[in-house]
Amino acid sequence: MDACVQQRDYTAKNYKSDVKPIWCPGCGDYSVLAAITRALATLQLAPENVAVVSGIGCSSRIPAYTSVYGFHGVHGRALPVATGLKIARPDLTVLVTGGDGDGFSIGGNHFLHACRRNVDLTYIVMDNQVYGMTKGQASPTTDPDWEGSKLTPDGAGIESFHPLVVALAAGANFIARCSSSDPNNVADIITQAIRHPGFSMVQVLSPCVTFRPEQLEWKHMVRTAAVDVTDDAARAARRLMTDDGFNVGKVLYKGDRPAYQPEPKGAAAVADLEADFAL
Amino acid sequence: MGGQTVSLVMAGSGGAGVVTAGSLLLEAAARAGWYAYMTRSSGPQIRGGEAAVMIRLGTEPIASHDDRFHLLVGVDWQNVGRFAAEIPLGPESLIIGDPGEGATPEVFTRSGAQQIALPMKALAKTVPDGRPNMVAFGAIAGMIGLGEDVVLGVLRDTLKRKGEEAIAASIAAFRAGVAAAKDFPAVPRLPAGTPATRERWSITGNEATGMGALRGGVRFVAAYPITPATEVLEWLAPALPKVGGVLVQAEDELASINQIIGGSYGGVPSLTATSGPGLALMTESLGLAVAAEVPIVVIDVMRVGPSTGIATKSEQADLNIAVYGLHGDAPHLVLAPTSVADCLFTTQWAVHLAESLQTAAIVLTDQAMGQARAVMPRSAAVSFIGQREKPAALAEGVQYKRYANTASGVSPMAIPGMAGYTYTADGLEHNETGTPSSQASDHQAQLDKRLRKLTGYHYGEHWADITGDQDADTAILTWGSSAGPAREALERLRAAGHAVKLIAVRLISPVQPEKFAQALQGVERVLVVEQSHSGQFHRYLRAQYDLPRQVKALHHPGPLAVRPGAIVEHITQWS
Repeated sequence: MDACVQQRDYTAKNYKSDVKPIWCPGCGDYSVLAAITRALATLQLAPENVAVVSGIGCSSRIPAYTSVYGFHGVHGRALPVATGLKIARPDLTVLVTGGDGDGFSIGGNHFLHACRRNVDLTYIVMDNQVYGMTKGQASPTTDPDWEGSKLTPDGAGIESFHPLVVALAAGANFIARCSSSDPNNVADIITQAIRHPGFSMVQVLSPCVTFRPEQLEWKHMVRTAAVDVTDDAARAARRLMTDDGFNVGKVLYKGDRPAYQPEPKGAAAVADLEADFAL
Repeated sequence: MGGQTVSLVMAGSGGAGVVTAGSLLLEAAARAGWYAYMTRSSGPQIRGGEAAVMIRLGTEPIASHDDRFHLLVGVDWQNVGRFAAEIPLGPESLIIGDPGEGATPEVFTRSGAQQIALPMKALAKTVPDGRPNMVAFGAIAGMIGLGEDVVLGVLRDTLKRKGEEAIAASIAAFRAGVAAAKDFPAVPRLPAGTPATRERWSITGNEATGMGALRGGVRFVAAYPITPATEVLEWLAPALPKVGGVLVQAEDELASINQIIGGSYGGVPSLTATSGPGLALMTESLGLAVAAEVPIVVIDVMRVGPSTGIATKSEQADLNIAVYGLHGDAPHLVLAPTSVADCLFTTQWAVHLAESLQTAAIVLTDQAMGQARAVMPRSAAVSFIGQREKPAALAEGVQYKRYANTASGVSPMAIPGMAGYTYTADGLEHNETGTPSSQASDHQAQLDKRLRKLTGYHYGEHWADITGDQDADTAILTWGSSAGPAREALERLRAAGHAVKLIAVRLISPVQPEKFAQALQGVERVLVVEQSHSGQFHRYLRAQYDLPRQVKALHHPGPLAVRPGAIVEHITQWS
């Protein structure tokens, strides 16, 4: 497969499938898809050695839109599928894509433990603060007073969840935020995230033009975070807890914990284990 | 089951050491050339609860407990009365109790069993560091004819790490027990064991399940601890790395099943083990494995349900959820071992079938079977190894169709790393290439093929264990751990001149109508035997198969085991 890499010079196009996305015109996820394919081209990874895993939601449709190996599972369980795949097949590059509902609500427990377990995965969350596929309900990152949903017409009434603070507290090894309005930057951040060992968390602000049209303003609200990358978790925590969610474009934390990758020790025959039972 | 047997129980509060003494007795019996079957019952406490070991020893392999126990030894009686229903005694039984520990509970004495006093605590005190459980062990060994040499060998080997003093104390306490019981009334004494002509194993059902997984080729396991399945995982955890595999403790059962789906998608045969509550959590993702055609095996060591139920005790009541628990039309495999030894074969076969058919397989064992320890002949290696069909070379310009609508229904499966075969596995309905599709024709075609691959497969003779009289007009139909007492009942019935056939079904789903009809040829009446309150197996058979006109059902919930005598009675008093 190395020979393959040398023979071919992959471009972003090589990582795109011919399946047409179901997304609405103007959806931020188009940019993220483009950024993922650019990152893979930058890294010159052979498509057959990459897997993209997802759960359910608009952004979870990405695997079928790529030409790498894909896995589109059930709602909220992308991280465990990716964890099992990477542990069983450490030779693969494994990306996980999804949205804020999939990752932080139904999949919340897996998010905590994926950060903690620190398997070498890159988790790209397209955060639009809404459930788009079910046509506009409040997600864990929705502001409590958003009254745009028929399900919670008076607003969700509960504080939103800060995914990056949680990621840091739970042990993620790489934390970044970017905006789909700058796909080149998203591609650069994803490239760095793939290169960094352990669990990399990339939050991408990706507007839902249909159910949160006001998010079209995000492109004017975001600013490049005026910070340097840090490996100091306390500094990163202060940084994350004081920002307003619109500081983008930078890696906000880079840790040095070794990735979790159990190494099978032996090559014994199964018959050798019969000694456990033999009298 | 033939041969001679003796059945006994050692009971006491936590710390009395009855489980230790029971394990030593089992080991000694095995060395003496006998076969053995031991189950445990314990209270809900994490430590210090009451415990009982139920042991049956014999000159031939043992499939089940007897109807009654010959001997109950209570090292003390604290709360042991709670287990009375699980320890049937009769007027011919003996109860040995320590007079210093109070009166034998009325729940035991009302059986009419003869009571004998043995001051185990006082005798233990005559020996430096002596323990009452060793006195009990000595009394039992003397009564059943277990030679002292064998026992001393076991004590020396087992207690080696604890030092010479501990060994000497145990031997002295053991001898005190033997001497004190010298003139006790007789219980069956077993003749000297026959030297093993084949290698023998001492193994639990849960260990056998783990071994079956490895023999079948499983090299990735993800799981969440749950009683009574944890021992499957605890045996596999150190074993897997030795053969190049990995076990991961997941954050919950949703994670464990999805991790194994990920591992298997990566090409590594994968398995998880759980019990009823965990299986309930896994059902959505079982459907994913079916739809995305990713081979996985889920072991369900059943316990008393619903909800938390009785976590430490056995019941055969997860059949419905295993067969019908998935939403949508989701054909998959459900298998059930018919004995402790068969946990190995059935698990290995399940891995083989899941890999061959690219689907989910659920294996239903239970607490009684999983936590039972048997001394049995070594389980011979069979050739079922997971075999997944990989795609052949593609012609230039031809797109790989992951979900190709083949004649057999099995579509060759690429694994990541294979260049030119990239595809997306999907729980969304899809067309042959794997692209999501909401078209009726794609749904129909994929449903058809996912069913066809299961129904068209030749499962061979392993679908059921059929024993007894070929031409019998009476059949016993059973499954899982109820097959043990049914086997013993069959032997008793045949010894008494009744012609009976036993069908213990191993492949629960998909159904095998032709083989079933053939097995029931000439049968006019059927007794269905199972351990569930609602008769789940009986209802399943009724729904899926043609049964003869005369059908009786013997079923009750756990934790009480089905006894061979009850089966015999149902057959002999049919009308």
